[in-house]
Amino acid sequence: MEMPIADVRVLNRRERLVAGLRAILPGDAVIDDVAETRAYECDALTAYRCPPMAVVLPRSTSEVAAVLRFCHDEGVPVVPRGAGTSLAGGALPTADCVILGVARMTEVLETDLDNRFIRVETGRTNLSVTGAVEEDGFFYAPDPSSQLACAIAGNIAMNSGGAHCLKYGVTTNNLLGATVVLMDGTVITLGGAHLDAPGLDLLGVICGSEGQLGVVTEATLRILPKPEGARPVLMGFDSSEVAGECVGDIIRAGILPVAIEFMDRPCIRACEAFAHAGYPDCEALLIVEVEGSDAEIDAQLEAITAIARRHNPVALRESGSAEESAAIWKGRKSAFGAMGQINDYICLDGTIPIGELPGVLRRIGDLARGYGLEVANVFHAGDGNMHPLILFNANQPGELEKAEDLGADILRLCVEVGGCLSGEHGVGVEKRDLMTDQYAAEDLEAQMRVKDAFDPKWLLNPAKVFPLAVSASRRAA
Amino acid sequence: MTPTRKDTVMQPTSEADLAEAIRGANGALAIRGGGTRPLGRPVAGEALSTAALSGVRLYEPGALTLVVGAGTPVAEVEALLASENQRLPFEPMDHRGLTGTDGIPTVGGMVAANASGPRRVQAGACRDSMIGVRFVDGTGAVVKNGGRVMKNVTGYDLVKLLAGSWGTLGVLTEVGFKLLPAPAAAATLRLADLDDATAVRAMASALTSPFEVSGAAHLPGAGTFLRLEGLEAQVAYRAGRLVDRLAPFGRAEVERAPAAVAARWAAIRDVATFHGTPGDVWRVSVKPSDGPLVAARAQADAVQYDWGGGLVWLRMPEGTDLRARLGDLPGHATLVRATAETRARLAPFPPEPAPVAALASALRAKFDPRGILNPGLMAP
Repeated sequence: MEMPIADVRVLNRRERLVAGLRAILPGDAVIDDVAETRAYECDALTAYRCPPMAVVLPRSTSEVAAVLRFCHDEGVPVVPRGAGTSLAGGALPTADCVILGVARMTEVLETDLDNRFIRVETGRTNLSVTGAVEEDGFFYAPDPSSQLACAIAGNIAMNSGGAHCLKYGVTTNNLLGATVVLMDGTVITLGGAHLDAPGLDLLGVICGSEGQLGVVTEATLRILPKPEGARPVLMGFDSSEVAGECVGDIIRAGILPVAIEFMDRPCIRACEAFAHAGYPDCEALLIVEVEGSDAEIDAQLEAITAIARRHNPVALRESGSAEESAAIWKGRKSAFGAMGQINDYICLDGTIPIGELPGVLRRIGDLARGYGLEVANVFHAGDGNMHPLILFNANQPGELEKAEDLGADILRLCVEVGGCLSGEHGVGVEKRDLMTDQYAAEDLEAQMRVKDAFDPKWLLNPAKVFPLAVSASRRAA
Repeated sequence: MTPTRKDTVMQPTSEADLAEAIRGANGALAIRGGGTRPLGRPVAGEALSTAALSGVRLYEPGALTLVVGAGTPVAEVEALLASENQRLPFEPMDHRGLTGTDGIPTVGGMVAANASGPRRVQAGACRDSMIGVRFVDGTGAVVKNGGRVMKNVTGYDLVKLLAGSWGTLGVLTEVGFKLLPAPAAAATLRLADLDDATAVRAMASALTSPFEVSGAAHLPGAGTFLRLEGLEAQVAYRAGRLVDRLAPFGRAEVERAPAAVAARWAAIRDVATFHGTPGDVWRVSVKPSDGPLVAARAQADAVQYDWGGGLVWLRMPEGTDLRARLGDLPGHATLVRATAETRARLAPFPPEPAPVAALASALRAKFDPRGILNPGLMAP
């Protein structure tokens, strides 16, 4: 992955710049020791690494503002970092950058159950937001699978999703307000405990901008009352076409499940070998979960299984208890672990129109055979967000590159059938160079104009999202 | 082909024609869909309508997705979705009764206004259901963002930025939505005789229950209304549970007849009690528990609460500066109905803090460098 050449005008002033940071932050908030900065050299996309020039870990919005003002005036690039769990390289440093981590800002600032919101510092982890309101019967809906570790700051930067967004939406649909520090140190407040923007929806464009427009230090999040209960049904089919038709029929019948998960045969077999969840050995498996009281769940599952039966399932297993629910989810939840056990893998994140599923699966199989690699598919079938896992052997020279090339071909296929490069992980550096496959020059120009308005010097989270050639003139300016 | 003119309204029939019209414009353009939402500062400029950019581009009921031309009438979309037992989740308001207009509301106008109704509390606003846009910016460039899939984080989210931008960043030509199944059944619960503060507490109790309340409105004098939607058995069960939960606020009556439930919520959505009345109409968005405080400070001629108290509709004597009365209450107030003179004098959209206003104006300058798209409508 090509990254811009480090700015020698910055690197030559390294000592003076670090001293400047130390003058505006408490001593323990600035890290420039080479061994220690190495801990920040990558995020969860570990194939790419680059230690930053320095790391700062501020404890307040005003400290964040002081750092950004300083870096702005000195022309130093800043890479914001939440918990460093990005799968797209969203927090990958450049050699001349300061990493600005919000990991020390984790407080709950306000909880208001009657008005259904919580205000937190953005270093707080996703799961601990729910943790703060769980005893009162509430939860925070977006649930990326890294939710134990990932920070709200990163969730906002990437507009993270999760398995339950068919019903509850993604981060942007659950974000009510934010305190944002712009690159020049200006602090702005957008939204709040009330609904909808009064002017232009700046919060809407900041969410998902991958930390390139500002650093979000506080967030007001919508919390929801927990449903009375939830239960899944598992169904197996002998073709992915039939499974796809079944999903369409469930949705057309007026039922909105909270999750519809799809797995193909390679994935089913790996999960079964790993977790012994009792999955049938078949071409396609669906797990459909609904919520409500016991009686409501029974009624919905009855309707869903009646639809499934019309498609001649090879297996149909309705959960009747918490234990049975756990057993059904056990294999799916261990999918990534199961794959990791037997192979190295790359996890893709394209979205396709759900009607294209059977054709896309067939073509992924053809592409994989062409590269001599294997692909296992896990899929949020309700919303079309695919996670093909490309299996390869990292110890074999050339295999990673081959797997990456296959990944790019699969993402281009997603775009070709009317979908997109990323459903929930973001572009980062990983999909940066594919952006021209999805967007025309005018489309990228419009997005970059937003960047121009927020960060005219293009210092925030450089070299992400836009192909380097496309953004070259702006970065040089 | 040159854009056709209808009564001095430019009405391009294709995206390419629209782009040409904008490129060739040599002064301000007053952008409109059906002309049913005359909000904001009056715009002096040549009228440009998107009404001819209509039609369904793609509808996949099994994928819950719809893409339509911006000029498509909202009613046509709603009828099409109803034929498949689906709907737009956000229950868009029809502004005609309130503003005394008689055009045909279009999808583009609905999106430019980010128009959302009572279901906003449960299903989100118009912008939350939008998955893609195509628009022509102020330079005449055609831009697309998002697309036809419901999960998409590829690049910046200009879809949100265009929603509620009132035509000031670009002229919409096509919009994609995610949809919801229409429920088989619905019910309205009505509590009588609650004062405003108690009504807001009752609505908070309902909205913090697990019963997915999809409407919570209080019409002083008429009652406090809560809506449930779902499968038949589900609605019956939830209505029973919710009546029990609300017992401290009185005995709630339950209305189950579909036509009556639909009519009730259409009236709340369109603020029917304000139709044909004199005075200005303001729309205030606050933290729900602050709703009664808004009414107390405003000393309005009439009040209606929606969104559990978080959306307050106020009827005020003509020309009143409501914001001066509300003081520093967090939230925002928009002047929805007033004479052109009042709309020119009082900022219809809330003034923004300087750094936010600077960002908004920088964005407008980038997307519309000549300042020709609805100039001044949202901000001076």
